[in-house]
Amino acid sequence: MKKILSIACLSAALLLPLSGCGNTSSGENGEVIVYNWGEYLDPETLQMFEEETGIRVVYDEYETNEIMYPKVETGATEYDVLCPSDYMIQKLIDNDLLAELNFDNIPNAKANIGSQYWEQSTEFDPENKYSVPYCWGTVGILYNKTMVDGTIDSWSVLWDEKYADNILMQDSVRDAFMVSLKRNGYSMNSTDAGELETAKQDLIDQKPLVQAYVVDQVRDKMIGNEAAIGVIYSGEAIYTQRENPDLEYVIPKEGTNVWIDSWVITKNAPNKENAEKFIDFMCRPDIALKNFEYITYSTPNDAARELIEEDDIRNSPIAFPELSQYSNLETFRYLGEDADQLYNDLWKEVKSN
Amino acid sequence: MKLNTVKHNKPAGRLLSAPFLLWETLFIIVPLAMVFYYGLTDRSGAFTLENVAAILGAEHAKALWLSVCLSFVSTLICFLLAYPLAMILANMNVNQHSFIVLIFILPMWMNFLLRTLAWQTLLEKNGVINNILEFLHIPPLNIINTPAAIILGMVYNFLPFMVLPIYNSLVKVDPNVINAARDLGANELQTFFKITFPLTIPGVISGVTMVFVPALTTFVISKLLGGSKILLIGNVIEEEFTQAGNWHLGSGLSIVLMIFIIFNMVISAVFDKNGEGNML
Repeated sequence: MKKILSIACLSAALLLPLSGCGNTSSGENGEVIVYNWGEYLDPETLQMFEEETGIRVVYDEYETNEIMYPKVETGATEYDVLCPSDYMIQKLIDNDLLAELNFDNIPNAKANIGSQYWEQSTEFDPENKYSVPYCWGTVGILYNKTMVDGTIDSWSVLWDEKYADNILMQDSVRDAFMVSLKRNGYSMNSTDAGELETAKQDLIDQKPLVQAYVVDQVRDKMIGNEAAIGVIYSGEAIYTQRENPDLEYVIPKEGTNVWIDSWVITKNAPNKENAEKFIDFMCRPDIALKNFEYITYSTPNDAARELIEEDDIRNSPIAFPELSQYSNLETFRYLGEDADQLYNDLWKEVKSN
Repeated sequence: MKLNTVKHNKPAGRLLSAPFLLWETLFIIVPLAMVFYYGLTDRSGAFTLENVAAILGAEHAKALWLSVCLSFVSTLICFLLAYPLAMILANMNVNQHSFIVLIFILPMWMNFLLRTLAWQTLLEKNGVINNILEFLHIPPLNIINTPAAIILGMVYNFLPFMVLPIYNSLVKVDPNVINAARDLGANELQTFFKITFPLTIPGVISGVTMVFVPALTTFVISKLLGGSKILLIGNVIEEEFTQAGNWHLGSGLSIVLMIFIIFNMVISAVFDKNGEGNML
């Protein structure tokens, strides 16, 4: 008898958490399923959204656009709201995976987000029908003032033998090739076999000097003085400077990537109205400010920027650079399956060399 | 043996094995079938051997070769460390050895990723080990982001999988057999090489499999301790799935890797007929 009892208890214990997944309180007004980058908003804002609207947020995270895409394409999991980058939004639009937004339900978007960001979005969303900008920024060089000499203003410093074993490169195809293509004066959206070959060869030549290829870890390694120079997203730069005042961020003179990550809604979103409410909530100035302060990625929300108290942050050339000062800025475009394949093959050659 | 088959045919026995069979079908057979489906088709769904043949391409062959080399070295080091250790453990009295075995298994209760990340922090240029070395005025250790760091990671993570099967087969060796050998005039070395070691070969083989296979397929260790500079076959496959989005090529390469693993398993099955080393 005792045995049966303990087996019953055990199976109950095992089954309970499972049954929990099915039908937990889905909020009085339903739910919204959000698929966002890792550490890309202040978790408190999700709570506030739930309290204010009674909509439960199911929140899931991804590390790269490329990991997110197949999940959305196959429809294995139904998501309502995504936050992909520019070129991935274009790919999603091309493959008919996004729903047009009803901006009447998202009044905060048009009211608060600066016109220049809508303008920039037309590169991948020509009529501004599908996306609402959430974060933007540049890619540049983060360097440790105590470990370099001379001025750092060019991608070429990443090929300088002085800094052998002190360089951190981005471990993703497009970002790595962007650096190499820009350094050679080519477009970072190049599909020219010759240009890509040159870029690849340069990356191979650079490899012995590189300490490691990293994605998010560049932040911790630079803070910990592990390397002198690293390629980094501008949003991480402010955070690293707070932790280690020796660090300085620069946009190289050869030009760089200006990127935007935007909220979009999937074509088959089960909760489209809630999704629009969610996006609208994220565009509210106080919420956008809260998120900016938490993740330190530049916000396109002008009203939120006005609310920033510290002058040096509000006018920070890292967070809010005057883009007209720089030349050769570009935004990634989706290059099609064949070009993607070519990039991946070349990158594999670099990595295996 | 006969008894066994009779038992299996009883309906109750079948019923009891149902959950396991269901589990096996859902989580082993179906995924395997999917790997084969993706590996043997192209994007349009037509049959092709291209994804499997891709292993012959320069980058893939190089990555596979490097993986084989690094896992071979790690397995060898594991074996050389594990055998004496297992002998020490086996010769201890019961109270002591259960404690030591516990100490060995304890780290395995911690997450594998965390343990590997910890090594990264230890080995970094300004990491814990180098700080200590600097304090003692000893030249720093610069092995992070090199194959040496990857081997270290593999040995550290997989050593228990070598120690335990060897230990298991060592304690099963009948002391009378050893006493007989000594009685008949064999010295300690002769006893070891002619009696003890041959009797523990099943344990060794199963230890080798349990170290070599995960080492061959790892991508986390090479990513974290190799700084993503060293591309192993596991990394190639991982990136095909996560970055390049080419599931077909990723699956094709996985099939090749499976052939290697099956080959290894067959060898171990031949030597380990009694399943002696399967303590884990």
